[in-house]
Amino acid sequence: MTSLSATIQNVFNEPNCAKNANKSEAARKKGCTKQLQPGGAAGGCAFDGAKIALQPFTDVAHLVHGPIACEGNSWDNRGSASSGSDLWRRSFTTDMHEIDVVFGGEKRLYKAIKEIIAKYDPPAIFVYQTCVPAMIGDDINAVCKIASAKFGKPVIPVNSPGFVGSKNLGSKLAGEALLEYVIGTQEPDCTTPYDINLIGEFNLSGELWQIKPLLDEIGIRILSCISGDGKYREVACSHRARAAMMVCSKAMINVASKMRERYGIPFFEGSFYGIQDASDALRKIARMLIERGASPQLMERTEAAVAREEAKAWAAIARFKPRFAGKKVLLITGGVKSWSVVAALQEAGLEIVGTSVKKSTSEDKERIQKLMGHDAHMIEDLTPREMYKMLKEAKADIMLSGGKSQFVALKAATPWLDINQERCHAYMGYVGIVNLMEEIDKALYNPIWDQLRRPAPWDDAEINWQAKALAQVDVSAAGGEPTLLGAERAPPAKRTRSSKTVELSLIEDRIPAHGSSVFGAMALDTHTSAAGKQASENNLPAQPMSALQAAE
Amino acid sequence: MAIVTCSDKACTINPLKMSQPIGGAFAFLGLRGAMPLLHGSQGCTSFGLTLFVRHFKEAVPMQTTAMSEVSTVLGGYENVEQAVLNIYKRVKPEIIGINSTGVTETKGDDVEAFIRLIRQNHPHLEKFPLVYVSTPDFKEAFQDGWEKTVARLVEVLVDPVDPAAPRDCSRVNVLPGCHLTPGDLGELRTILEDFGLRPSILPDISGSLDGHIPDEFTPTTIGGIGVDEIATMGQAVWTIAIGAQMRRAAEAMQAKTGTPFRLFERLCGLVPSDEFMTFLSEISGKPVPAKYRRQRGQLADAMLDAHFHIGGRKLAIGAEPDLLFDISSMLHEMGAEVTAAVTTTASPVLERVKAQEVVIGDLEDLEELAKARDCNLLICHSHGRQAAARLDIPFYRAGFPMFDRLGAAHQISVSYRGTRELIFDLANLIIADREDNHQPIPATCRSPAPVCVSFRRS
Ligand code: SF4
Repeated sequence: MTSLSATIQNVFNEPNCAKNANKSEAARKKGCTKQLQPGGAAGGCAFDGAKIALQPFTDVAHLVHGPIACEGNSWDNRGSASSGSDLWRRSFTTDMHEIDVVFGGEKRLYKAIKEIIAKYDPPAIFVYQTCVPAMIGDDINAVCKIASAKFGKPVIPVNSPGFVGSKNLGSKLAGEALLEYVIGTQEPDCTTPYDINLIGEFNLSGELWQIKPLLDEIGIRILSCISGDGKYREVACSHRARAAMMVCSKAMINVASKMRERYGIPFFEGSFYGIQDASDALRKIARMLIERGASPQLMERTEAAVAREEAKAWAAIARFKPRFAGKKVLLITGGVKSWSVVAALQEAGLEIVGTSVKKSTSEDKERIQKLMGHDAHMIEDLTPREMYKMLKEAKADIMLSGGKSQFVALKAATPWLDINQERCHAYMGYVGIVNLMEEIDKALYNPIWDQLRRPAPWDDAEINWQAKALAQVDVSAAGGEPTLLGAERAPPAKRTRSSKTVELSLIEDRIPAHGSSVFGAMALDTHTSAAGKQASENNLPAQPMSALQAAE
Repeated sequence: MAIVTCSDKACTINPLKMSQPIGGAFAFLGLRGAMPLLHGSQGCTSFGLTLFVRHFKEAVPMQTTAMSEVSTVLGGYENVEQAVLNIYKRVKPEIIGINSTGVTETKGDDVEAFIRLIRQNHPHLEKFPLVYVSTPDFKEAFQDGWEKTVARLVEVLVDPVDPAAPRDCSRVNVLPGCHLTPGDLGELRTILEDFGLRPSILPDISGSLDGHIPDEFTPTTIGGIGVDEIATMGQAVWTIAIGAQMRRAAEAMQAKTGTPFRLFERLCGLVPSDEFMTFLSEISGKPVPAKYRRQRGQLADAMLDAHFHIGGRKLAIGAEPDLLFDISSMLHEMGAEVTAAVTTTASPVLERVKAQEVVIGDLEDLEELAKARDCNLLICHSHGRQAAARLDIPFYRAGFPMFDRLGAAHQISVSYRGTRELIFDLANLIIADREDNHQPIPATCRSPAPVCVSFRRS
């Protein structure tokens, strides 16, 4: 555990994290994990973050050491895509039992590693530490070391018990494991001056493949993507890249900055979301590679590709402009994505009524401010109740957010689009942003919204034939005379389902006893058309009603 | 009589099982105005929450005591206290249901004592319903968490009754197992009401997770059975427990209130539905309504039509014990052969599964057995889809979680209508598989005849 807390301290001491750099010495020591509020917290644990960061390595076995909770409840829930091996989709866990908790789980862990190698023979195994084994003191580093030596295979401990902190911290801890045990352990077959690393790109919904063909065309090779569609060997060789791009999130910035320290690989933070950002990123990659020895022609090729792609994308977006005029968007998303999406949305003519900046750095906020001008509605934190109110009052026509808040929007009968991890459309690069516009268009103009916003017929005073009809049944069931005017006197609240079902069942019970004469009464409930109303009012004989009363 | 064996692997591959605490939280979700609270680190709650959201496609309330590394070592009283106070103040629930997790069980937190202390320190919580259930992750499974939690709800929330006091003849209690869907509970409620009975369903996920649009946003569950109604369950004439897992809760009810119970281990299939209808007719004093007589006929007809397709199928099934017993028994009665059966946890029903053996294991075990024994139909929750794809056999999703298809909440399998729907779904799946993958070609026609003759376009 002491080595773990040292690692955590080390991770917090990240000079390249803008958020961190602005803090005082003391604040920095505390790290960036907020004290979580019992009864008011949501979000994943460090183990979750570590798994998110590493699971996109597709050809290794990911073994979770812990009771069934950590892996059994969570496996198979992310949509990274693989171009090769599907081993990453299988789930491996030690599923610790009480006996392991009492006597220690190290033996079981060792045996589990052995079984995996015998059955699947992966190039490497990542072993994730979770809370319970950490509490009882299972030393996964030692087990991994022994297993590594014994089986002649990299077995990499990822020390990430959930209770040490948030998802974000977990991703950093995963990065530490890569730095300590993987990166630089193998040599690539060949290197070129055009080799880059992408760090923090997970290839969700295959997004990486929206940008890879462009890189291929320009002549840039992804030596290693950490970790989208990644292979063990690639990351082991990644120290030979000439430059790196830290994609979109700061979760693994420790990997980028330590690789710069250790191997002299310069990096920049960029994003492929949004047209401008994609172009910026491509130019920066080209510039860095040229600075490190690539041919200056690379920049020409890049500019040509950028110009072509931009023109295509803007043209594609322009056609949405008339359809989006006057439409308002509420953008609730983490950090960096806010500003990179804002530009594209604005270009398509959408008005942004609010964007969350909960996870953004002050730098991010500045950019948003610049993009949105005076009417920057930056939202620090929005409770679901407030969100629901905003949407219900039609302050926004559509909400873009992560899956957790989707039902807030949908239940308010407001279009919603997932722009977080669980989404099933890829929004990266020039193609992706046009996809996004298409999805927004589909959502906004789906004909369901008008139908859903219509009140139910019985909620509307104008067409309350059903309330009338039901009230009549109530009156007669309560012993009153079934008159056509009964509706006015009956309490309107008594239109509930229960009274209706009781009536129906009574009717059915009576069928054997009274033959088909009761069907006249059933018409009352089943006819829904105007003609039905006519029919039931005219055919409402007193006799079946009294038959019902007799049944009481 | 099946032999129950336990997989002896050190490494579980592709788990079938989910953990106990979220089974417990699931039970709390069937209560009105409830907030389930997992006493543990936040990840455990977050995973459970995601699982429920993916299955039900609904906002699901669930909270955590957010144990950190330090509080885990020192003990969690303050976290439990703070969580309860925060939830009470912010979301104004009618009940908070607490389940422990592996983390807090390893430390050995005595949450019952914590609750007593909280009530002492905060007198306004003295009467507030706080129900705690111990559910360590490193023991048992999802179904057990549900089972324990329902039993505990009965013990804590049901008022004792005077045995001499007259009972309300139209009231019955229903204690459903966690293998029943909101759709199943809705069906059961209709049936009971059609017999003139008024059911109290504990827990009632049909009220809270059946997909509905609330008028106002609420941070707790909406619908479900209320604490006030639970308190009066002792007045019912009968308790109907569904699934062997509910025996414990039914016994607790009987012990506390004297209400007799009848346990229906399964409700899928013709014979179990007959037994159920007969029982309802007896306790209500009413004949079986015409609607169900008709439905029985429809089921019988469905069985006739489908037996060509289902008969002779070699079934591989992975499910929690009660669901496994229920569906595999029905299919056995339709002429299918239960060839590979894998489950998550021990249960008395396992021995009665109509298979040679039942393995307590994972989806890898199921896949290997299915492959070795040539199974040609796989039934499992959504995680089984990878195995089905690799085996290249038709796959029917049943149970929890079902995250890659819509309508999980409304799938029904109880009673005549539910059984009929399930049979049609399965038979259609098999027919489609034959059309897509098993069209006769000259080569196959010379090999031994396939199990079923094609009746397409007859
Ligand atoms: S918080 Fe700990 S026990 Fe819970 S899921 Fe995360 S690692 Fe597992």
